[in-house]
Amino acid sequence: MGEEVKLFGVWGSPFSRRVEMALKLKGVEYEYFEEDLQNKSDLLLKYNPVHKKIPVLLHKGKPIAESAVILEYIDETWKGFPLLPKDPYQRATARFWARFVEEKCMPALFNCTVAEDRKKAVEEAHETLKLLENELKDKKFFGGEDIGFVDIVADFIGGYWLRDIQEIVGLELLTKEKFPKLCEWSDEFVNHAVIKECLPPRDKLFAFFRTRFGSKS
Amino acid sequence: MADEVVLLGFLPSPFAARLKIALAEKGVEYEYKEEDLRSKSPLLVQMNPVHKKVPVLIHNGKPICESLIALQYIDEVWNDKAPLLPSDPGLRAQARFWADFIDKKEMIWAAKEEEHEVAKEFFDCIGVLEGQLGDKAFFGGETLGFVDVAVIPFYSWLSVFEKYGNCSVEAKHPKFTAWTKRCMEKESVSKSLPDQRRVYDFKVGGILTKLPIDQDL
Repeated sequence: MGEEVKLFGVWGSPFSRRVEMALKLKGVEYEYFEEDLQNKSDLLLKYNPVHKKIPVLLHKGKPIAESAVILEYIDETWKGFPLLPKDPYQRATARFWARFVEEKCMPALFNCTVAEDRKKAVEEAHETLKLLENELKDKKFFGGEDIGFVDIVADFIGGYWLRDIQEIVGLELLTKEKFPKLCEWSDEFVNHAVIKECLPPRDKLFAFFRTRFGSKS
Repeated sequence: MADEVVLLGFLPSPFAARLKIALAEKGVEYEYKEEDLRSKSPLLVQMNPVHKKVPVLIHNGKPICESLIALQYIDEVWNDKAPLLPSDPGLRAQARFWADFIDKKEMIWAAKEEEHEVAKEFFDCIGVLEGQLGDKAFFGGETLGFVDVAVIPFYSWLSVFEKYGNCSVEAKHPKFTAWTKRCMEKESVSKSLPDQRRVYDFKVGGILTKLPIDQDL
């Protein structure tokens, strides 16, 4: 069909993995290019001159940057397996929680690895997770019966990224005790037939974080 | 059933102004409620419990928070008139990217301590946007689009940025200035934006000089 789809990403990045999840859920074939962030390719700099970041999706020769923007593009272009609901209010709600994950949860979680007052940082991170847990309620996924927009954007939390970091750094962030529903959700997430194919290799990720975070106690 | 639309806002807020413009463009009648951010109303706290920020759009009793999310909601619900986003997915992605760009930059400049740093970030951002505008009348092409509505509210803040940067916007960015004039010719814009003098007094000369220019204030 000549509709080439290319993805520029990094193997360990939850941001580029999100795009892969969306493409795979919709059965879209694509060519993947691994970027070296210490030595960015000319193509990446050409396709994302503004932010110079991955992921970048290239479709019909046109680049799209920013993972949330890419996800919406994918959802609008390939109709199978909708990521966002049809109803405008439900769409707004999904976009709200996706943004909450990106702008509140993830920074709060990362902050726990660097903050001087670790106890306070962990409390703040817990507050964000609590809101997420309340939003999930008794649903299997944020998207309902199956994976949706919010689940994909929350891949850092649902996938192995957060689990590995909290183990290596010695943090109690996503615990069964405090967040039983989120923990159940994350098990569903990593065991989902398509999602599990999109997660970075476990050992490689763990080793990467161990190097990155060393032994901070 | 008649639609009931309420907008919770704050006069100097460029984010609330976005929604005023969009609602005006679409000819939607609504009730506006001005919030006193030093003393948030019970309604605001009830409708936006997560962030407790303005703007909040309330449609038939249901709240939509975050200005760009509410803009998309308005576009999707009142889709019979004045479309903000184009129909082509690639162009929609571009529009979302640039709206996201200004919000990311806003978070940076709002966090700067020194006035000249705020101005520098703001004007760098304008420079990039000017490049993006090119020779088009509006970012949306022939008419106001998503990016125009997202960016034009900062027109009200230009006196503040000019003071901080000790410069003239018109001299530095004539294309941008011409674009602001074209936008202001539209009633939906001119009636929705607070006077530059009022915003200047609020931020530079007024009582609330310490209030940060935070996203959704």
